Amino acid sequence: MLNKAKGIPVVEMHDITVKFPGVIANDNVSIDLYPGEVLALLGENGAGKTTLMNVLYGLYRPDEGEIRIRGETAYISNPNDAIRLGIGMVHQHFMLIPPFTVAENIVLGVEPVNSYGRLDMDKAVRDVEELSNQYGLIVDPHAKIEDISVGMQQRVEILKALYRGADVLILDEPTAVLTPQEVDELAEIMRSLVDQGKSIIFITHKLQEVIAISDRVTVLKQGKCVGTKETQNTTVEELAQMMVGREVVLSVEKQEAKVGETVLRVDNLHAKGPRNLPALRGVSFHVNAGEIVGIAGVEGNGQKELVETLTGLRKATSGHIYVDGIDIVNSQPRTLIEQGVAHIPEDRQNRGLILDFTVAENFIMRNYYKPPFARGINLDYGTIHTHAKQLISEFDIRTPHENVPVRSLSGGNQQKVIVARELSSEPRLLVASQPTRGLDVGAIEFVHKRLVEQRDKGKAILLISLELDEIMSLSDRILVIYEGQIVGEMTAREATERELGLLMAGGRSKQGLDAERSAVNVQHR
Amino acid sequence: METGNLADVTIYIALVVSTLRMATPLILAGLGGVFSERSGVVNIALEGIMLISAFMGMLISYYTEAPWLGVLSAVASGVLVALILAVACVRYKSNQVVVGTAINIFSLGFTGFMLRKVFEHAGQSPPVTKVADWTIPLIHKIPVIGPMIGKHTPFVYIAIVAAVISNHVLFETKLGLRIRAVGEHPKAAETVGVDVFAIRYLCVLLSGALAGLAGASLSLGFLSQFRENMTGGRGFIALAAMIFGKWTPYGTLGACILFGFADALQILSQTLGLTFIPRDFLLMAPYILTMAALAGVIGRSVPPAASGVPYERQK
Repeated sequence: MLNKAKGIPVVEMHDITVKFPGVIANDNVSIDLYPGEVLALLGENGAGKTTLMNVLYGLYRPDEGEIRIRGETAYISNPNDAIRLGIGMVHQHFMLIPPFTVAENIVLGVEPVNSYGRLDMDKAVRDVEELSNQYGLIVDPHAKIEDISVGMQQRVEILKALYRGADVLILDEPTAVLTPQEVDELAEIMRSLVDQGKSIIFITHKLQEVIAISDRVTVLKQGKCVGTKETQNTTVEELAQMMVGREVVLSVEKQEAKVGETVLRVDNLHAKGPRNLPALRGVSFHVNAGEIVGIAGVEGNGQKELVETLTGLRKATSGHIYVDGIDIVNSQPRTLIEQGVAHIPEDRQNRGLILDFTVAENFIMRNYYKPPFARGINLDYGTIHTHAKQLISEFDIRTPHENVPVRSLSGGNQQKVIVARELSSEPRLLVASQPTRGLDVGAIEFVHKRLVEQRDKGKAILLISLELDEIMSLSDRILVIYEGQIVGEMTAREATERELGLLMAGGRSKQGLDAERSAVNVQHR
Repeated sequence: METGNLADVTIYIALVVSTLRMATPLILAGLGGVFSERSGVVNIALEGIMLISAFMGMLISYYTEAPWLGVLSAVASGVLVALILAVACVRYKSNQVVVGTAINIFSLGFTGFMLRKVFEHAGQSPPVTKVADWTIPLIHKIPVIGPMIGKHTPFVYIAIVAAVISNHVLFETKLGLRIRAVGEHPKAAETVGVDVFAIRYLCVLLSGALAGLAGASLSLGFLSQFRENMTGGRGFIALAAMIFGKWTPYGTLGACILFGFADALQILSQTLGLTFIPRDFLLMAPYILTMAALAGVIGRSVPPAASGVPYERQK
């Protein structure tokens, strides 16, 4: 499997510099990729990984630097150039057209035509089937993208690149949307592609995946290249340090939970989601004081709707939500806030903050209408500023002062503003939805520490996250949500990634692929 | 025509002829709407484009006495006005509805002003040479059918053929697949090397050409003169037909014929003895049917996902 350093590299990127207004996204970055290897591109969010790959795929033009493909200097000014040079890219957010079929998506841009110039979809379907068999990427050419699983959509994306004759594949955060089982399948697919002579660059910020899948790894940090290692000769700890620039505590340290009385009890909750379809179908669970309950699940299984119903942002169609014994279902958000419910929303820029308001103003959004911040119909800006200064120092928020708009802060500091606001109100229950999404390792550490601290103070915490690692390391109890129902509950100690993954996939047998394959055959008749 | 005798075949002939006449400008403009929206640009300016084209077609026919030259210049001016929309909305990413509305308001003022300027006469132009009717060999001799479809202004036949060609282009060619891709998910289309801007320009200009033909059909096909605001909202009804027809050429064709039929009923209501239905209700029919379609009465009517959204390329 390791045939690195053999022959000339298929891709060389030398001293690539990309400048965006105000930022240098890539600063003299160099990487190389040898035929038949998997190169991991590791770095935190904003380290410049995707930018570098967009340069290779012709979506961005570098300000400086040189690209060589199979030893020859290449000028790649648009995706067509990249495709011609045999480079294919699978974007993090899939570039598929939902109402089109699998085959239509794969051939778009290089469509087969018959001798009359008419679109030849029969040939397209045959080609896709052939390719799909050759690489073991099982798809149904006739299915519409909007009807198939995320895992299959990813296979469609890979086939799309292969159909264009790619022998260098760029995979941007390919595992972000997959269940652990689907990740294993993807790893197998990548290995089989490499065995058939393809070379792969895959972008990730997950250290375990680097170790599990890659042959070599290049680490980026703040747009600069930190170094390249043979995967064999490195460790998770070393990579983490390269990625962050200091030593990181990867595991969350916490003591045994001191569980108190029940704070939140959800009873047979039903709610509707997008397109008015049922999103929650009888959810029941409870969270006690002094414990963190994690909800694991693949995106789109009702997590969003659950959080919204719990925080008063969505109407429940039936069921009850008790906080300290009081039924608060379908109450206004303000009633919930006064009941002691705090909320760290998933989408911090749209739901958590008013970006053009100052840090100080964002701090008082929960209780601006009450003393000490309000006096009659006026706001007491003196108190508001003192309050803000206090929170800024307590939560170590990096901002010049409390009067800058929150928009100008980094993502991590924006999140700290929300965490500071929600926790400073001394809530009874904290609903934390993806509290570390898009944050760098340092900020993740901070948020995790604060959550555990709140737990130890006797708060009830409900954690919703798509990151299984986060759920497993923080939670005392874990619930799994699947298609709007809680399908499993276990203590964190007895939970394994494998078991959780199975439940998250709806308890599908471990050969999810086989199941899907037979489903495909059925659909096909 | 005798009145009130529903057994008289001439009434049905009149109804079909009238339906086709009323549907033709709608079909042409509606197909323009289909192309534009399928590529992701809302073309609310169809009304204005039709009006300017109707005027320009009349004007050229007036001076040259060559009606087909008039048609050609109607199409050319349709393309030209559409170019304004394309440059504003595709290149400069302006709000498509605002630009379209501006074009509509401008067209009404411009044609009214030009009418007075050129002919020193408000309201309508002098009569001009119109395009001669086509007689379809053999078919026009068939009894009943012949008088219905055998002899019409060429625009009627052009409209039907245009619907067939449009359907072929949109659903059976490479170009069609790309147009639909650009209207649904332009970024996905660009990542596989489809030129989003080129496709959108092409489709908007094509919709201008079709709306131009629709305009010419009014002033050089059914009438032989230009009248102030002679489109009378047909551009909007064409858009309604496009929605009712679920953004497909055949659906739009069907919807236009249905709307044309409602119009024909309204025109012939006296003859047909339909006086118990107020004419206004028949005039309302297209709008009510479109609202019903949007409300989901005939299944989901989903616009192209990127319709109305300007495409921005990063960097």
